[in-house]
Amino acid sequence: MYVYDQYDQAMVDARVAEFRDQTRRRIEGTLSEDKFRPLRLQNGLYLQLHAYMLRVAVPYGTLSSAQMRVLGDIADKYDRGYGHFTTRQNIQYNWIKLEDAPDILADLAKVEMHAIQTSGNCIRNISSDHYAGATPDEIIDPRPYAELLRQWSSFHPEFLALPRKFKIAVIASETDRAAMRLHDIGIRMVHNDAGEIGCAFYVGGGMGRTPMIAPLLNGFVPLDHLITYAEAALRVYNRYGRRDNKYKARIKILVHELGIDEYRAQVEAEFAHLQTQGIEPPIAELERIKAYFVDPTFETGLSDAIDLSNADFARWVRANTAPHKAPGYAIATISLKPLGKAGIPGDATADQIRTMADLAKAYSFDELRVTHAQNIVLPHVKKADLFALWQGLVAADLATANLDAITDIIACPGLDYCSLANARSIPVAQKISERFAASAKQDAIGELKLKISGCINACGHHHAGHIGILGVDRKGTENYQLLLGGSEGADTSLATIVGPGFSEDGIVDAIEKATNLYLAKREDGERFLDTYRRIGMAPFKETIYG
Amino acid sequence: MKIVTGNDLKTGAVTWWDGAAWSLHVNDAMDVGDHSADIIAREEAARRVVSAYVIDASSDVDGIRPAHIKDRIRALGPTVRLDLSLKPADPAAGTWVI
Ligand code: SF4
Repeated sequence: MYVYDQYDQAMVDARVAEFRDQTRRRIEGTLSEDKFRPLRLQNGLYLQLHAYMLRVAVPYGTLSSAQMRVLGDIADKYDRGYGHFTTRQNIQYNWIKLEDAPDILADLAKVEMHAIQTSGNCIRNISSDHYAGATPDEIIDPRPYAELLRQWSSFHPEFLALPRKFKIAVIASETDRAAMRLHDIGIRMVHNDAGEIGCAFYVGGGMGRTPMIAPLLNGFVPLDHLITYAEAALRVYNRYGRRDNKYKARIKILVHELGIDEYRAQVEAEFAHLQTQGIEPPIAELERIKAYFVDPTFETGLSDAIDLSNADFARWVRANTAPHKAPGYAIATISLKPLGKAGIPGDATADQIRTMADLAKAYSFDELRVTHAQNIVLPHVKKADLFALWQGLVAADLATANLDAITDIIACPGLDYCSLANARSIPVAQKISERFAASAKQDAIGELKLKISGCINACGHHHAGHIGILGVDRKGTENYQLLLGGSEGADTSLATIVGPGFSEDGIVDAIEKATNLYLAKREDGERFLDTYRRIGMAPFKETIYG
Repeated sequence: MKIVTGNDLKTGAVTWWDGAAWSLHVNDAMDVGDHSADIIAREEAARRVVSAYVIDASSDVDGIRPAHIKDRIRALGPTVRLDLSLKPADPAAGTWVI
């Protein structure tokens, strides 16, 4: 894992001191709310429905056990005993007091964490593949490049007042686990014909009000041009992105309106100019960062056998573990999606957070990942340790075996917490989970990615759900639109609205009808998404509204 | 009726203007008629509240009920964590919101 150098630490410590002073002045009355609001937002502090909410950055979703433990302690000490892991691989606390916020930031700074650039029109937390460094299907660990981009984008003076927020994802696998093409810039590490590693840049993707899949901007940017090229792409956006209309201010609109060819031409011109300015960090800096991401010392000669004689354990292994690049190891995902009303997607209690920290220390080389699907990954677990890990998870109510199943639902906080929401997301997720909780039913359906947003901002990624749900306000009443056919994977597609919306119970019935049709119509090996793509919307529409 | 709500500056807690001070309980809210702008300006300036606004509400034997679901959720707390709401002992509390 990356370790702060003196500059990183000094920057974060200075920011804590600055925000402490700003908060004091706000409480004493020498700073008005109008002046204070952008300052608190720059430190991740929102005013939400019930209280202040603090969003803490988890760069590319990677955490050490010590950091995770502090996240649990903060939930206890300053919040109401729990935190919420988000679709940006971050964590949010819902019940923060303004007067406590500087102390929380100080606690975070002690473990090299902060809340900087988790809000506002700047480059947000860089996201990445939660299996990075562990999966056999990547060409290289993408996180050193994400870290380089993090350093470049942190407090970048030119990009702190962009037309709108800006999200970047970096991956290095064919399998896209980070919704890369639904980002403002998506970067995939690739090989060129000469076998060299470089970056394919996709630009202008996004969800929200106007969902778009990012087109390819440049198929191969050499590593020693990564920052210069990113800077050129941002500069063109910063210069021409619309500031007159926030709904048209994201880069996707600019790319769409200019056309990718014209946008590319402008980036290339800017890139040519920037190359004369010498802004690229020396490759030695990348090498310095890479040294923090070397593999842990995996044991060799391990067996790949797992004793699956315990049926519940076997089910969890089948559902929640994935192949690892090292023989004898597995990637284990901890589902934060308990069945039915037992929990809230992405929420974990302070004790559960600390338990996950302890389990990572014992079984995963001290490392955890937050996934954009609001789960937690232990990236490097010996297969021989999986049973002990699972027992620890069972004891902490964290052993739900439902990864990528219909009950592994992404749900944004919705109207239960979010002041921008039109409708509640969490109760809908709970009702769907309750309806499909029986393991036979879930298993029969197999992989089905269901995603719920409480408003058009799409934090719950409903456009990318095999089944998506969007909460809308229909004359003061919650109403839910159903969408089908989205995907965030290598086969990225945007979901389509089926028809008129539903009540909270109606949407659950509609989903059951859609899954029943899928079970009746699927051919060998087809997932829900595959069947939908083969037979199209019409039969689903007929079944749901017929 | 018109009632005024906002958040406590220091704690962020949802509060309701009761005619003399800010209460955590919507049932204490007072009909402010057309005086909301003065109340909001004065109370925000005194830093007793932040992000205050006026809303429509109705009043009956069961108490005061904000017109919009968003404010009913603010008045109660998250419907999915009634243990953290202002009516943790009332299993029907979530229904009040709908
Ligand atoms: S999608 Fe809307 S309701 Fe959900 S968290 Fe985002 S802004 Fe809030």
